[in-house]
Amino acid sequence: MSARTRFNVIGKPRRRVDGRAKVTGQTRFADDIKLPRMLHCKILRSPLPHARIESIDVARAEAHPGVHLVLTGKDFPVTYGMMPVSQDEYPLAPERVRYVGDPVAAVIARDEQTAAQALDLIDVRYQPLKTIATIEEALATPEPRIHDYGERGNIHRNQSYEFGDVEEALAHADHVFEDVFFFEGNTHLPIEQHAAVATVDADGKLTLWSSTQVPHYLHRALSRALQFPAAHIRVIACPNGGGFGGKCDLHNHEIVVSRAALRLGRPVKICLSREEVFYMHRGRHPVLMKMRTGVTRDGRLTGMSVQTLLDGGGYGGYGAASTFYTGVLQPVTYELPRYRFDAARVFTNKPACGPKRGHGTPQPRFGQEVQLDKIAERLGMDPAELRLNIVAKPNSLTANWLRIGSIGLAECIHKVVDASGWKDKHRKLPEGRGIGIACAAYLSGAGVSIYWNKMPHSGVQLLLDRSGQVTVFCGATEIGQGSDDVLAAIVAEVLGIDAFDVRCVTGDTGITPVDLGSYSSRVTVMMGNAAIQAAERVRELIADAAADELDVLPERVVFARGQVFASEDPSKTMSFREAVAFAETKYGTLGSVGSYSPPKAPGRYKGAGVGPSPAYSYTACVVEVDVDPITGWITVPKVWVAHDIGRTINPVLARGQVEGSIYMGLGEALMEEQVFRRLPPKLSNALVHKIPSLLEYKSLTSLDMPEVETILVEDPDPNCPFGAKEVGQGPLLPVMPAVANAVFDAVGVRIDEVPITPDKILAALAKKAKGEVARVGPDRFPDVPYPEPIFVLPPSEGGDGNATKAPHRDEPARHKEAAAS
Amino acid sequence: MMRLPHFRYRAPASIEEAARILADEGSQAMLVAGGTDLVPNMKRRHQEPTTLVSVRRIDALKKVANGAGLTLGAGLTLSEVVGTGAVREHYQGLWEAASQVATPQLRNMGTLGGNVCLDTRCTYYNQNYEWRKAIDFCMKKDGETCWVATASKRCVAVSSTDTAPALIALGAKARLVSASGEREVALADLYNNDGIEYLTRRPDEILTEIVLPPAAGWRSAYWKLRRRGAFDFPVLGVAAAVRAAPDGTVEDARIVLGAVASRPVVTRAGELLSGRKLTDEAIAEVAAKVATRAKPLDNTDLEIYWRKEVVPAFVGYALRQIRGDDMRATRLRIARQSLG
Repeated sequence: MSARTRFNVIGKPRRRVDGRAKVTGQTRFADDIKLPRMLHCKILRSPLPHARIESIDVARAEAHPGVHLVLTGKDFPVTYGMMPVSQDEYPLAPERVRYVGDPVAAVIARDEQTAAQALDLIDVRYQPLKTIATIEEALATPEPRIHDYGERGNIHRNQSYEFGDVEEALAHADHVFEDVFFFEGNTHLPIEQHAAVATVDADGKLTLWSSTQVPHYLHRALSRALQFPAAHIRVIACPNGGGFGGKCDLHNHEIVVSRAALRLGRPVKICLSREEVFYMHRGRHPVLMKMRTGVTRDGRLTGMSVQTLLDGGGYGGYGAASTFYTGVLQPVTYELPRYRFDAARVFTNKPACGPKRGHGTPQPRFGQEVQLDKIAERLGMDPAELRLNIVAKPNSLTANWLRIGSIGLAECIHKVVDASGWKDKHRKLPEGRGIGIACAAYLSGAGVSIYWNKMPHSGVQLLLDRSGQVTVFCGATEIGQGSDDVLAAIVAEVLGIDAFDVRCVTGDTGITPVDLGSYSSRVTVMMGNAAIQAAERVRELIADAAADELDVLPERVVFARGQVFASEDPSKTMSFREAVAFAETKYGTLGSVGSYSPPKAPGRYKGAGVGPSPAYSYTACVVEVDVDPITGWITVPKVWVAHDIGRTINPVLARGQVEGSIYMGLGEALMEEQVFRRLPPKLSNALVHKIPSLLEYKSLTSLDMPEVETILVEDPDPNCPFGAKEVGQGPLLPVMPAVANAVFDAVGVRIDEVPITPDKILAALAKKAKGEVARVGPDRFPDVPYPEPIFVLPPSEGGDGNATKAPHRDEPARHKEAAAS
Repeated sequence: MMRLPHFRYRAPASIEEAARILADEGSQAMLVAGGTDLVPNMKRRHQEPTTLVSVRRIDALKKVANGAGLTLGAGLTLSEVVGTGAVREHYQGLWEAASQVATPQLRNMGTLGGNVCLDTRCTYYNQNYEWRKAIDFCMKKDGETCWVATASKRCVAVSSTDTAPALIALGAKARLVSASGEREVALADLYNNDGIEYLTRRPDEILTEIVLPPAAGWRSAYWKLRRRGAFDFPVLGVAAAVRAAPDGTVEDARIVLGAVASRPVVTRAGELLSGRKLTDEAIAEVAAKVATRAKPLDNTDLEIYWRKEVVPAFVGYALRQIRGDDMRATRLRIARQSLG
């Protein structure tokens, strides 16, 4: 299929199949569900950032008129977590709270108002504990531990990998660049607040509707959390009003309403307030990072050492994966013979961080792309040329054993350079005006599931009948990105019908085959490959039956535009509906299944499971900025972006994903920050989210959004359906560093952290005027007790993908050097 | 979602009836017009009136009267103010201020009177009940300490109205009506520099009209600093009005700063500028002097020292616009829109 170049559906700009429902308001989100006898749930949350719960008295709340049930930690004896290594949360905290907003009790009442009133009647006595607000505090405060598990003290995860002798590579480089960067945390900000409805069906089974990106993982984890058989639970993922990674976890409220429905035998609903969504968070980790990069005088990388420190918040969540992702994808963009990364994640008394669009990779991508700009500046090279010279090679293995297939990055760079007029602008615009470039790579689906198994990552089932109707079932989840449209388009293309003639039933663990969910940009590739397999299988049956009637060989039967006909003689034709009827006559009831598992990854060392993907997408981005030297005020007049998508399924949706990425990236670059505030310690123990509201958490409005010129580069990847790679996350990655690099071009100052705000620019300009280093960013990287690295020889040095003994080195000398830096 | 507390709702048809209800109900009653400020505040339990007296049905509050100057009913929506030809033609500063309040949808609901009486704002206060509980509340509501300045005896919540600085710069007066009579005050005198008692209006009084003097000879402008092109309240507002002789010599001038104290700050711009021309030097000197009156605190968006640092630039924008400079490119960068 992938070799085909002419399509009827694929690549044509179309109205999305769920577009009508969305614009007419008929899409049923979780909060739109209303069931007979439905009750409402509100959750009482901790006002203290870190405390022991001494007692909870719910008597007054239980006696409040209209209250049906009050739940506390006693009702939830087991911990939960999506990742097997992070079973550290309770739906309601039994004895310990770890951030302001941690849930401690729930009221189920006749309406929301009554439930909210009853929350005020619950008396909780707390014993405050010492709080930790930052990475530095977590490192300096081993006791009290926020969790009893983890590496040591308040370090949750701590790991180190080395692929080839990096110190030697740096020692032999012409230059070694060392920089420290900080990436502030930020949140997903979906328009739809999380909502869930649980009900007990007539047969005693539990059904949960939820705004989730991952119904399968949710199904699995919910069964464990409730200690209730998975076969008696049905999870239905409602269309999400935006997810961006924030609806990937099992959330406490989902377990709470499920337990309440089981207890009461009545439907129970919850819809979080905006503040609660900020507390649920699981968003971008604040990351402090240090990058040491060796380069030759002509701008080639000899080796790189990346150290990252993640502020994880109060729980594990997906943090173990996030920690890996701050390192594993660095070598995918540019040729890098040797690579080392050390990563640690700490616990703090704040809402837990997790996966947000780009999961763990935007932070080190920011660091590397800004550092490359500094390298180009120092070497007197054009930063676009420097990047072009070092683009990773197609069909190659990276130093950390990731297999790269197609790579359209060079073309992406050429396209944005040409479209933006880069050569006439870079270093040539008047003072205050600047242009910057950055690139990135991203996964098209994580190669390994979050729990170990050898089963398919995506399954698709097709049902056809004599009416000509085609229904496709898949566990994939529509979160606004257009996964239903991709599914319908792929089935329609194979069967030669219109995408609107396909009915999608998706994201329902009771009736759809397992798909791991909408995360890691995996849906198009994995669901798409499974859908092609299912559709080709049923097409074979139809072709066979039609061939009998058309009197041709089955291989000569063509499916296009709702017709089934002979390739050499199009007058021999019938409608698709007729062909299906013949097939049903010949073979009985028609159906088929398809499934997909990613290729086995070449790396064999422990931890090699994070990073592999069937294909990587590539993006190049140029941003132009206008900076007022008097005020530091920054505006972005235009962004050019070229994305190597492999093949475009629906250009309308693909461009929407790119523009949405630019929008979100500019928000992270210029203003978004999930930040916290302590009150004067002598007077208060408070540690609160500074701005948990849509008004004060600043993200771009339409007036702040620049013109975006989107270029889709098509370099079909053989592992992907019709060659199509991801487009949902990759285009976000280069935006933040491109802004930083453009600011340097405009006014000659380095802002080595995001967000890049006018006050930081003005502060850097003031330093520049005084002849100091014209930079704002973190001054130092703390001394972190990283472990001895797992050493793996890179493929180019004869390794076999297994860990091996590190070459002999003078370890103490190295440590001294690290401590001094 | 957050739910409103229970309250009684009254919708009188006349100012007299509304005044009578206020007199009868006492301080537990509150006026509501567009509700864009009060309703979210009630959801967060900032105000918990037992009775809401809606003035939306009172036609007398929606009048626009041309006379010696211009009288604007307090019940006009901000969109209606923006759409009033006389405002656009003669009171540019007010037009620019009203045009930049919140968003188009909120301007369709929010009123001129509501914006003039806007509750003061603070990042320790404009939070929901549970958040405020987590800091043990603050002086402005339910608590004792001002967390912005813990030694402060008074609340330092920020006056965040865009229209009031513009109106004060234009010499506006406010008409207040109660069951016991009515009075007119200079708009500047409607405010106290106190985040809690920020209005001198008595609870039983209704702000019915804003009265603007004739605009002959005056030119005005309003420049707003906020993070984004929409939604955000000002973190600095500079309203300027200048009356100059035909040769450009300034005869009178007013510069009023918004969002840098608990009330609009009236500066000594008149003294500083009178008798001079709006040269670059004069503008720079006045801007620097006026800026000393701005005392931003760490209770709004954006960094405080930076907010103080950029005050002269914004005063300069306003005065240069009044001088007749082409400020369109700067306006587009700062406001993220051309403003007509």
